[in-house]
Amino acid sequence: MKFFPKLGAIIWKDFISELRTKEMVLFMCLFSFLILIIFNFAFGSSLKFEPGMVAGILWVAFVFSGLTGMGRSFSMERDRGTYQGLILCPVSPWTIFLAKLIGVFLFTTVMEIITIFIFSILYNATVLPFLVPLALITILGTLGFTAIGTIFSAISATTKARDVLLSILFFPISVPVIIASVKSTGIILSGKSLSMVFPWLKILVGFDLIFLLVSYLTFAYITEE
Amino acid sequence: MLLALYTIFIYAPLEKTMGVIQKIFYIHVPSAFLAYLAFFITFVASILYLYRKDSKWDTVAHCAVETGVVFCTIVLITGPIWAKPIWNVWWTWDPRLTTTLILWFTYVAYLMLRRTVKENQRANLSAVFGIIGFINVPITFFSIRLWRTIHPVVISSRGFNMSGPMKVSLLIAFLAFCFLFFCILMSRIRLERSKMRVEELNEIIGVMNIKK
Amino acid sequence: MNSEHYIEAKGLTKKFGYKTALRNIDIFLEQGDSLVLFGPNGAGKSTLIQALCSLLQPTSGSIRIAGYEAQRDREALHQIIGYIGHQTFLYPHLTAYENLKFYGAMYAVAGLNERIPEVLGLVGLSRYRNDIVQSFSRGMQQRLSIGRAIIHDPMIMFLDEPFTGLDQQGSEDFIKLILQFRDRGKTVIMASHHLHLGIELCDRVAILKSGRIVYLQDVARIPKNDFKRIYSQHVGENAPALKVA
Repeated sequence: MKFFPKLGAIIWKDFISELRTKEMVLFMCLFSFLILIIFNFAFGSSLKFEPGMVAGILWVAFVFSGLTGMGRSFSMERDRGTYQGLILCPVSPWTIFLAKLIGVFLFTTVMEIITIFIFSILYNATVLPFLVPLALITILGTLGFTAIGTIFSAISATTKARDVLLSILFFPISVPVIIASVKSTGIILSGKSLSMVFPWLKILVGFDLIFLLVSYLTFAYITEE
Repeated sequence: MLLALYTIFIYAPLEKTMGVIQKIFYIHVPSAFLAYLAFFITFVASILYLYRKDSKWDTVAHCAVETGVVFCTIVLITGPIWAKPIWNVWWTWDPRLTTTLILWFTYVAYLMLRRTVKENQRANLSAVFGIIGFINVPITFFSIRLWRTIHPVVISSRGFNMSGPMKVSLLIAFLAFCFLFFCILMSRIRLERSKMRVEELNEIIGVMNIKK
Repeated sequence: MNSEHYIEAKGLTKKFGYKTALRNIDIFLEQGDSLVLFGPNGAGKSTLIQALCSLLQPTSGSIRIAGYEAQRDREALHQIIGYIGHQTFLYPHLTAYENLKFYGAMYAVAGLNERIPEVLGLVGLSRYRNDIVQSFSRGMQQRLSIGRAIIHDPMIMFLDEPFTGLDQQGSEDFIKLILQFRDRGKTVIMASHHLHLGIELCDRVAILKSGRIVYLQDVARIPKNDFKRIYSQHVGENAPALKVA
């Protein structure tokens, strides 16, 4: 397929830029670390941390720091004046979206791996035995919220109030993903039977597919001016 | 329209079983239906806009959201007012209520979007968000429902046995509110079109002045 | 087929909200033509160029370039267009070489490994190939931007005040480039404030005012040294001081 090299070129470009500046990943990791610490204070030290609750804390950390990364994927292009250069290339808008999504997804996943590591230390959560199902849920959930985040980043990058608008647009739409991810993670971390995760898995997969399809159909309209 | 509203208040006194509070039901249920209907209208209008690029559909989508958010607010306010004396709680996280709350946020997000983006992209971006927002509603409903079945449900969903006259009342109230909704929607659309026409004329006059 | 022009804009109108930037503009160009657009600030020159190269969608009217329409044949159209605008479209944290490599890949340029040094040579940046663009001066960035625009050897060049930021040498090199481009039969549409340069480089002239074309003529038919007067005449007293160097 002809679009693969172009897809790869955009991802490579974002990757090299990030490698040289390390802006995104560094800030995302620091922010998620901060959130994990703050939640500890917010809930008070007397409270026992049960898996359902810490799963919520973990995903709040993922989503909030992920938002900073997602916001930058398109606003960076706008600020540096390269957005129009990208639009002018002979490449379909959806390829641009997909490339941005993959980039953000990868950077967010790096942040999440580091966050899980810190999380297991701070909250004394045993994570290793559950690594595979946890990874699966994390990937599906992250894919879901980074997909919406990337679409809305493209939308809000056109405005001045981009970060606020991104958050306002993002949260109502991300409710299903967050619920499904938190619930599944809670189930996994508490060591309960994995079959309980299946309905949530269905929701996650459904959500991911639906929104990838919707983005395919509508992204071209977002890039029109 | 006024006639229809008046009719509700004539019929309403017929039902006094649960006291005055119960009458809020006649406002609450139709409003809820209309709140969701409004967003469905936005969904369809958004798709039509992207397909046809006729700004008429963008106006319909946008006015439907404005009308819908009003009705959604009514639902969210009348709900707790009714629930407190009857169930003794202001709020429950049951699927219907929570989804309606999320719907309300989606409406507000749509309006915020329209306020912040530039005019030439406003219609496109709002349409995309209208589509995404609507698709999200059923998904949200199902995920919340799944969530709730795992937790013990504190309050069972309401099931009424309604007496005959109450059913009639509800139907009339329902029709009245639908009528109200469409009247508000149409006037809002007309208002919006007039506004657009006035601004167009302003611009033409402005250009004519420059030419002099 | 009826006489279809190479570049054809009919009834082109662009509004931003209620402000109309372009009013009912018609442009017909053949392959190999070169058009220069003059006009005061706010006349719509940049808007027109951006609309023609499909960066902006027209509010009404149609644009066909080489038989392609902007939305329907997007990729094919973009492949044959090169654009230089107010922004350089360069990635500040990538080197000159990497920037060209990126755009080369996006335009599916064959033989990229040879093409990049060639382009760097054309714009006089061979020595800086491995330097980060952020460290470049404005003039160097403009040169690299020119390199970026020509890397895929486009059939049509859209230039929006391309001499901005270029020093004497840079301007001379770029003029040579445009003339070479024209010699090879390519089409050029340029917006500029340089009256003298514009007329030298292109063989048709248009003056834009308040979103309308108020003057359109072949350069050959304009009496020598008369253009400045014609320009002032069409643009009126509010014409800004123009560079006639």
